[in-house]
Amino acid sequence: MRDKNAKKVIFNSEREMPTMIISVGSMIYNKTGAWRNIRPVIELDKCLKCGICWKFCPEPSIVIQDEWPVIDYDYCKGCGICAEECPAKCIVMVEEKK
Amino acid sequence: MKKVIMGNHALSYGALLSRAQVIAAYPITPQTQVVELLSEMCADKTLDATFIKVESEHSAMAACIGASAAGARAFTATSAQGLALMHEMLHWASGGRHPVVMGNINRAMAPGWSIWTDQNDSLSQRDTGWMQYYCSSNQEVLDTVIQAFKVSEQLLIPGLVVLDAFALSHTYEVVDIPDQALVDKYLPPFRPEIRLTPADPHAFGGLTSPDHYFELRYKLEKDMEKAPALIEETGREFKKIFGRSLELLDPYLCDDADIIFVTSGTAGYTARVAVDELRKEGIKVGNLRVRVFRPFPFARIREIVAKAKKVAVLDRNISYGFHGIFYQEVKSALYGLQPSPPIFGFIAGLGGRDITVGSYREILGYAMAHAKPEEDIVWIGVKR
Repeated sequence: MRDKNAKKVIFNSEREMPTMIISVGSMIYNKTGAWRNIRPVIELDKCLKCGICWKFCPEPSIVIQDEWPVIDYDYCKGCGICAEECPAKCIVMVEEKK
Repeated sequence: MKKVIMGNHALSYGALLSRAQVIAAYPITPQTQVVELLSEMCADKTLDATFIKVESEHSAMAACIGASAAGARAFTATSAQGLALMHEMLHWASGGRHPVVMGNINRAMAPGWSIWTDQNDSLSQRDTGWMQYYCSSNQEVLDTVIQAFKVSEQLLIPGLVVLDAFALSHTYEVVDIPDQALVDKYLPPFRPEIRLTPADPHAFGGLTSPDHYFELRYKLEKDMEKAPALIEETGREFKKIFGRSLELLDPYLCDDADIIFVTSGTAGYTARVAVDELRKEGIKVGNLRVRVFRPFPFARIREIVAKAKKVAVLDRNISYGFHGIFYQEVKSALYGLQPSPPIFGFIAGLGGRDITVGSYREILGYAMAHAKPEEDIVWIGVKR
């Protein structure tokens, strides 16, 4: 999982900045999962722990924790690639409800 | 060692002597023999570099950017439509501060399909944040590649070395190939402070909020402003080692000239011949060949042309709805100067039509017959 406690880097003047922007942690505070319509839910009892969902996630919003896949909903956009690729069909896409 | 080589190969030798480490290229039209020779050099280990074949010019530049980010000296070459396809990546290279050096063969943009020279391909990339050098001989092409790496790597701004299609690219000239040991002395290895490495992982060029973006562009411009002095300085150093000058401008008999031609590329060399002929006839003309177009050497141009009675700018390019691109730059260089000589703008040689000594006679004839320009574009050699 991404370090949710990481600090946002702010440079106060151009002199403090490197020539090119690197690692300012902009994606830590800019969470991009909010506009998701459908969310993947993993049914862990069917999961083979093969890691294919982790490999295919384009964000990447799936992390492996203690061998099991965990979805980071702060960044998951609900593309459904993980559900499509899962060989055990254990990921279902569920509609987001307010 | 002197060799008779074509302009395309002058670029290849420039990359070889600069010890380029990664060369990425799309090998089909509008590519030229530049990367053909480099691929042979890589295959037979004359050059210790990784040659990456890609599926488009866009990918060629992307590969060079990746290589440069990882700290490798990267080189590629292209032309016309290929350069246009790179457009997005040109911004990425300059914005990301990757000092890639690229050769561009100045070819006219299609349609109609053309493999002949004019400058609209490279000048369409004017505002991408690349330095642009326009060459007038194969020797200058080779020398400029080496200088461009030196300048680019100090400023972390990429450089485009431009040469005319056919008039240089496929024309054979005697070129002094400098000694590798001397080039090594002039051009140290590329060692960027920040680079992409698994040992110290970073996200490069990621989402940049309004908190920072403005400052990044400010820094790019401030570094670009250092380029004119650095080009002159590295040019002087080059002369000390190799005996040839590499300056922002190449003025020829401008000091006492009544009329100064402002030119670029091979047309700038023809202008020199024209000046010699016209001087024999007692007409005091001079030629100011612009070698570096970005950064534009405003101050130096102002100094040189301010003394003339008239200035005649030759453009092998056009900004539709405006006029010749060098013409507008020279006019802005002289803006506010009192008194300022009248500046005439001529467009000639689009799509590879020859620019000859006769063209310069026509230009001179117009400039002498008019106290000031009556039109923004004076067309030379168009069939009307």
